[in-house]
Amino acid sequence: MASSTEQLENRLSQRYKAGFVTEVDSDTVPPGLDEDVIRLISAKKGEPEWLTDWRLKAYHHWLTMMRPNWAHVRFPEPDYQAIRYYSAPKSKKDGPKSLDEVDPKLLETYDKLGIPLHEQKQLAGVAVDAVFDSVSVATTFKEKLAEHGVIFCSFSEAVQKHPELVREYLGSVVPHTDNFFASLNSAVFTDGSFVYVPRGVRCPMELSTYFRINAAQTGQFERTLIIADEGSHVSYLEGCTAPMRDENQLHAAVVELVALEGAHIKYSTVQNWYPGDENGKGGIYNFVTKRGDCRGDDSKISWTQIETGSAVTWKYPSCILRGDRSVGEFYSVALTNHWQQADTGTKMIHLGRDTKSTIVSKGISAGHGSNAYRGLVKVGRDAENARNHTQCDSLLMGDTCAAHTFPYIETKNPSAVVEHEATTSRIGEDQLFYCLQRGIGEEDAVNMIVNGFCKEVFRELPMEFAVEAQKLMEVSLEGAVG
Amino acid sequence: MLEIKDLHARVEGKDILNGIDLAVGDGEVHAIMGPNGSGKSTLANVLAGRDRFEVTRGSVTYDGENLLDMAPEERARAGVFLAFQYPVEIPGVNNTYFLKAALNAVRRHRGEPEVDAMDFMKLVREKLKVVHMDEDLLKRAINEGFSGGEKKRNEIFQMAVLEPRLAILDETDSGLDIDALKLVADGVNRLRDGKRSFLIVTHYPRLLQYVEPDRVHVLRHGRFVAEGDKDLAYELERRGYGWLDEKEAAAS
Repeated sequence: MASSTEQLENRLSQRYKAGFVTEVDSDTVPPGLDEDVIRLISAKKGEPEWLTDWRLKAYHHWLTMMRPNWAHVRFPEPDYQAIRYYSAPKSKKDGPKSLDEVDPKLLETYDKLGIPLHEQKQLAGVAVDAVFDSVSVATTFKEKLAEHGVIFCSFSEAVQKHPELVREYLGSVVPHTDNFFASLNSAVFTDGSFVYVPRGVRCPMELSTYFRINAAQTGQFERTLIIADEGSHVSYLEGCTAPMRDENQLHAAVVELVALEGAHIKYSTVQNWYPGDENGKGGIYNFVTKRGDCRGDDSKISWTQIETGSAVTWKYPSCILRGDRSVGEFYSVALTNHWQQADTGTKMIHLGRDTKSTIVSKGISAGHGSNAYRGLVKVGRDAENARNHTQCDSLLMGDTCAAHTFPYIETKNPSAVVEHEATTSRIGEDQLFYCLQRGIGEEDAVNMIVNGFCKEVFRELPMEFAVEAQKLMEVSLEGAVG
Repeated sequence: MLEIKDLHARVEGKDILNGIDLAVGDGEVHAIMGPNGSGKSTLANVLAGRDRFEVTRGSVTYDGENLLDMAPEERARAGVFLAFQYPVEIPGVNNTYFLKAALNAVRRHRGEPEVDAMDFMKLVREKLKVVHMDEDLLKRAINEGFSGGEKKRNEIFQMAVLEPRLAILDETDSGLDIDALKLVADGVNRLRDGKRSFLIVTHYPRLLQYVEPDRVHVLRHGRFVAEGDKDLAYELERRGYGWLDEKEAAAS
């Protein structure tokens, strides 16, 4: 057993393939946070006064808050005055109007990451918004989407062109007072994606945003807002990477989803921020607030996340099931290797009648990784016939990692049916040997077993990305076979 | 094709095999019998290359090669197949997908082209008949939710697809009712082709009524204490393993 554990550990020494730095001239503010920095960010973006005021309100509220410390993760408190809150690659004054005007170095960066931005090379049927540090550098397929009335642009552009929509929905799901990191984000957020799908429209292609942290000592605070009007359908995917650095970098994003009557939103994340090295040095602190509001009857919000990166993850994509018969789903694979820590899960808040939620969480721990599932299922007084099914599985690889489960259930309506199933298993020497004895090599065997474990979640991903996710898992578990 | 000489092995510091000598020729069926704890399963696992079993002395030659130098997957690709006593479940990994990966690993090793999905399914349907297995089982995850009998039949089915040179059956008969036992025995008999060799490890002589062995070896405290033809199995059926104790006592 000892030697097979060793082999496993060898194999787990991963290589991070997105860890390079792009040399570009950046427009970066000095480190530190005060009202002036917030006004500066707001001014750089030419924001209307109401938004500047909203940021300042959030900032003042944030000053009164403490960082939450209930999560099962440990890390030194970031020095919020040492972070640069704005960094943008320098470009022509008005920003690129088309891909031809985008700095070739940036295009090259995305090529290297496997996200070619030239539309002709794009995966068929996927529109991409690329966010580089604090700003969006390019959005593809905008015109084609516009034909269907779908708005897909950077958040900054939305503030300029669709201020009424931004004003109506910004902070309506995650208020500026929501939590420490959400308030910080509300004060300093720089860019992100904005999506509006009009009534009755099925978005004709997958939308995706690719987030890249490049500059050192910066934080990334993006804000994404997706509004699906009555009867519309949209599927959105985000991917994230960052260079390898010895310092920890903070990423505190907010994502708000609004599904009106009969609307469906599918939101998928493949999170591969730099996880730190094998000794736990460096890596991204990924403290993210994601929440969807099933505001209308018969609406549905489905979260799928593949979390393989980041040094520390603190993230609970949630659904407020306000509309009658609304449906919330959460499918998650979280992998922690080396010294990575994750405290992740979801909240399903049942408020409407006949609401339904499904939670499938798969945690994989290897090396010295620590993986916690934390989930809340809450059924309000008027939520007649609420149904929840939670399944929470942990897979341990080797004997120095840990898995935890913290399920919370609160029901105020006696008609609720809430089910919770949990399993913990070890990637067995038995399973591995069974594969070897059939002639399957060790690395293939581990990938096979892990992919089998994650299958229920992978199949929820849009098809183009399911294969990517599988590959990413393989890379994350890759290393020399002992 | 298989020659075991003076094999000693231990598990977790405890000596289990204390000098095994065995020669198996092409197409021969050898039964390894013995009471619980005699070292039968250890022998099967040592031959398959499980790393918690430590070989402390002796040699094993397989088709002229030093078997003990080969990694478990190399042994498998070279045609050594172990039908497990307790086949594991691997959730989410489809039976067919797994078996195709295994077959192609073996074929690559033999320098044969990989089979495509169509040819594979054709082969699989043909081999399912060997064990009278339902095609539905193929759509499920490996051994997940299989009954004990289904798991054992799945082992024989995999053997039929992979066509090994040396098949080691580790107590494949244990826990089977008589009908399942007959199906398993029938499967094994169909795979006897005069070239493929079998090592059948069993506690009970029952299986040997259906699969006739060329030689029977009785293991006791990690050594062979009796050897003979199939009649030895019947003798054990009648008199039990206690009879060997008396024999051993009388000899010493």
